[in-house]
Amino acid sequence: MQVSMTVNGGEVSGDVEARTLLVHFIRENLHLTGTHVGCESGYCGACTVILDSKPVKSCSMLAVQAEGSSITTIEGLASNGELHPVQEGFWERHGLQCGFCTPGMIMSSVALLEENDNPSEAEIRHSIEGNLCRCTGYHNIVKAVEYAGAKVRGEEPPPPDWEEGS
Amino acid sequence: MYPREFDYVAPASLDEAFGALGDDSKVMSGGMSLLPLMKMRLFSPATVVDIGRIPGLDAIEDSGDHISVGALVRHADTATSDLIKANAAALATAASLTGDVQVRNRGTTCGSLAHADVAADQPAAVIALGATMFAQSASGTREIAASDFFVDAMTSALRSDEILTGIRFPKAGPGEGSAYDKLGRRGGRSDYAVAGVAAWVKKSNGSIEDARVAVTGVGTKPTLAAGVAEALIGSDGSDAAVKSAAEKAIDGITVLEDLYGSVEYKSHLAKVYVARAVKAALANAG
Repeated sequence: MQVSMTVNGGEVSGDVEARTLLVHFIRENLHLTGTHVGCESGYCGACTVILDSKPVKSCSMLAVQAEGSSITTIEGLASNGELHPVQEGFWERHGLQCGFCTPGMIMSSVALLEENDNPSEAEIRHSIEGNLCRCTGYHNIVKAVEYAGAKVRGEEPPPPDWEEGS
Repeated sequence: MYPREFDYVAPASLDEAFGALGDDSKVMSGGMSLLPLMKMRLFSPATVVDIGRIPGLDAIEDSGDHISVGALVRHADTATSDLIKANAAALATAASLTGDVQVRNRGTTCGSLAHADVAADQPAAVIALGATMFAQSASGTREIAASDFFVDAMTSALRSDEILTGIRFPKAGPGEGSAYDKLGRRGGRSDYAVAGVAAWVKKSNGSIEDARVAVTGVGTKPTLAAGVAEALIGSDGSDAAVKSAAEKAIDGITVLEDLYGSVEYKSHLAKVYVARAVKAALANAG
């Protein structure tokens, strides 16, 4: 079946089976391998992409369901060599260890900040409810999103934990 | 994990969709319940009829004394609708506790209802709200009471030639209120319900005039807890009255042990959550 959509601002199309999952179309047809395949059961969120402004799990969608839609993957965030504020936050606040969940965490967080650039800690934790991290215990991920929120608002990010009280 | 091969049809109208339905076909809206099952190959329909592109099915409508929710209304829309929050808090809350952010952005309220998972949230809410389900086929529309819609585990009253095109429930009148609460499998309110309870009450002159309570997660289907409602009706709605009524939470329900709890534990939870949901519904009733 022919499928076409906009990915990271560019028109793409391809010939897929009906059963081809969106994540496989993105990784194998478009060679955008930043979107990860984690649990395969819809729980882990490593495959999260932004589809028509909403975070969705690309392992739980058929490529043909995305016909005509507009998708942003992790590769579409940085521009001109500049990291997106959420990517910068994960770097600056050590929001990852093994990095496997990171693309999904970042896409969910980007979608959150586009709706609400000043989320509370509870709102941040709620927005990544569908993303599992098995390394970090989420603490630094939350700090990374807080950092990014401050950047998006044009404010000075809070100092890192490891400097507080030192 | 790829599903087995299937034919994919994306009809542009309901009539086209009815034409595509057969004995070995399955209707898909968001696909949040269906695709994981197909990927695990627990279910492999020959044809998937994707109703996601049919216009006119994605509305939440106010028809005066009722609210209707179309087949393509997503959990996120049900959860955040001011109309539903004000008139059917049980459903808005149940939708807000369904899946996670990504799932709520794709999955639909009617899809979850038609899927009829034993531990889904929204089935309990529509039973408590006294909703009517619209089962449409080429030969017309059957109206099915929500309390008759859930037949068994993953089995609804829908025939294979029918599509759940929408649901309708009454708006909250004076003294009426509803609520939903649960313990989720991942603790707190996350994930499917270990035990979930939706309650609807109508207060009048300091007592409970009418009530409906539905329990999900503990048995083979979401079920009306008739004994609870019977005990509540005519009572003063005091904490003691609610606690006493909650003792009847599992009357008539065969509680099943599963990975998430023993029969004893889940029976206890059902009573605890009946009390919580009824108290919240009474508070919502003002």
